Amino acid sequence: MIEVKNLVKSFEDKTVLYGIDATFLDGKTNLIIGQSGSGKTVLMKNLIGLVTPDSGKILYDGRDLITMSASQKKSLRTEIGMLFQGSALFDNETVLGNVMFPLKMFSDMTPAEMRDRADFCLERVNLKGAHHKYPAEISGGMQKRVAIARAIALNPKYLFCDEPNSGLDPQTSILIDELLWDITHEYNITTIINTHDMNSVLGIGENIVFISKGKVDWVGTKDNIYHAESENLNDFVFATDLFRKVKKAALLLEKEQQRR
Amino acid sequence: MLFLTSCLHTFGQYALFMKRVLTKPDRWRESAKRYVFEISKLGIDSIPLVIVISLFIGAVIAIQMQINFENPLLPTYTVGLATRDVLLLEFSSSILCLILAGKVGSNIASEIGTMRVTEQIDALEIMGVNSCNFIVLPKILALLTFIPVLTVFSMASGLIGGYLIAQFTDIITVANYIYGIQTMFVEWYVWYAIIKSLFFSVIITSVASFYGYYVKGGALDVGKASTNSVVASSILILLMDVLLTKLLLQ
Ligand SMILES: Nc1ncnc2c1ncn2[C@@H]1O[C@H](COP(=O)(O)OP(=O)(O)O)[C@@H](O)[C@H]1O
Ligand SMILES: [Mg+2]
Repeated sequence: MIEVKNLVKSFEDKTVLYGIDATFLDGKTNLIIGQSGSGKTVLMKNLIGLVTPDSGKILYDGRDLITMSASQKKSLRTEIGMLFQGSALFDNETVLGNVMFPLKMFSDMTPAEMRDRADFCLERVNLKGAHHKYPAEISGGMQKRVAIARAIALNPKYLFCDEPNSGLDPQTSILIDELLWDITHEYNITTIINTHDMNSVLGIGENIVFISKGKVDWVGTKDNIYHAESENLNDFVFATDLFRKVKKAALLLEKEQQRR
Repeated sequence: MLFLTSCLHTFGQYALFMKRVLTKPDRWRESAKRYVFEISKLGIDSIPLVIVISLFIGAVIAIQMQINFENPLLPTYTVGLATRDVLLLEFSSSILCLILAGKVGSNIASEIGTMRVTEQIDALEIMGVNSCNFIVLPKILALLTFIPVLTVFSMASGLIGGYLIAQFTDIITVANYIYGIQTMFVEWYVWYAIIKSLFFSVIITSVASFYGYYVKGGALDVGKASTNSVVASSILILLMDVLLTKLLLQ
């Protein structure tokens, strides 16, 4: 479980996060949603310690990231996997090299064990036969899979994903979402996903934190989001005609179920 | 005043950067692998350029010296002697490193800058890797250990360039040229050039890495950082050249 308490972050003269309070649950897909520029990436970078907040607390199962010593931070890092928006694969390593990289740097495995683990992870993300290709030679969807395989190589307790399906076609997006969902439940990972993709919100949002204007505006799940009263949230999630229809249909369905 | 404070700020940032670079690697094996890779990329791949440029400059210097020394009071072997000294004293260390600042420096800055804007550096940091140390230290050590080789190659091909002029034109005879390049040889000049090039190599790799590492923005900013790094390292090389010449030759 990761708890965020009154987190404030500003850059030079501009405040991006005005006191965020949130809880991210074990074994669940936790979503941080909000408009572009609302501070999702900044919040995530604070959570993983790439950026230091101005004030506030970030507790990893009770351990405060901000007051941690360098060596504690280092060992925490091995429990964290991260999927970056642009995949962030290492250009000069092959697919296999990318997945083996964290193992080479942080595990005591023999080369054969590393190879097995990398094969397993690549198989887990349904990627076969691309082991010796370079990132530039594979599609965006495949790059995302490789990045997921790399992120889970060390069996992380916490998995962070920054807009995992940006730049992907809807079909591939859903496959990536399903993969993240499956992995989260299979290995009981605390998964935190930044997104502004409504398919993800309504599809895999087990714990949704909506950020608007640098504050938490609404917290809920994909099931009770249809009853949310927050105007900002409704404007954001049900912005298009299509999603307003989805909402109507969902509410009707619910009523029907209650009647039976 | 503003310029001065921004210079000081940059220097402070550079010092902190180097403090992170100069630490013990997380995994020696992986860093050693990168070191070998960088020797090949930064060092061995530069050999053709060094040889071609030095050959031509050696030839040009020989011709120019002949024009300058067209004086009955000077012995004709002066052409060889002067060509050699220009190569040893200045060309094969300082000028060569200015050229490498362009080739190697811009390559390093754009590589690291690209890693920055595509979040590869963040990915390393997240895993708990000291990215400065992991990426930059192998580069600095690789060029530092290989630069003497490049300097010596440059000296040799420069002298061969002059020899080719003696051989294929009638400006000076081959015998005179050979005698000239052997006369009044000061071995210290070779060491002086090598010592200078060691300092310059660290300037090239560390300044380029520094500029690349702190890129903010996108592809355009990577290009800018790469240009800025070449300008900055060239100026630093020239300043260092004056300083080292004063210290080592006087
Ligand atoms: N390093 C930085 N320096 C200054 N401003 C930043 C920095 N990083 C992000 N911002 C600003 O913070 C705001 C939120 O950005 P971001 O978290 O990337 O939004 P998103 O929700 O789309 O991920 C933006 O207005 C951005 O300009
Ligand atoms: Mg973002």
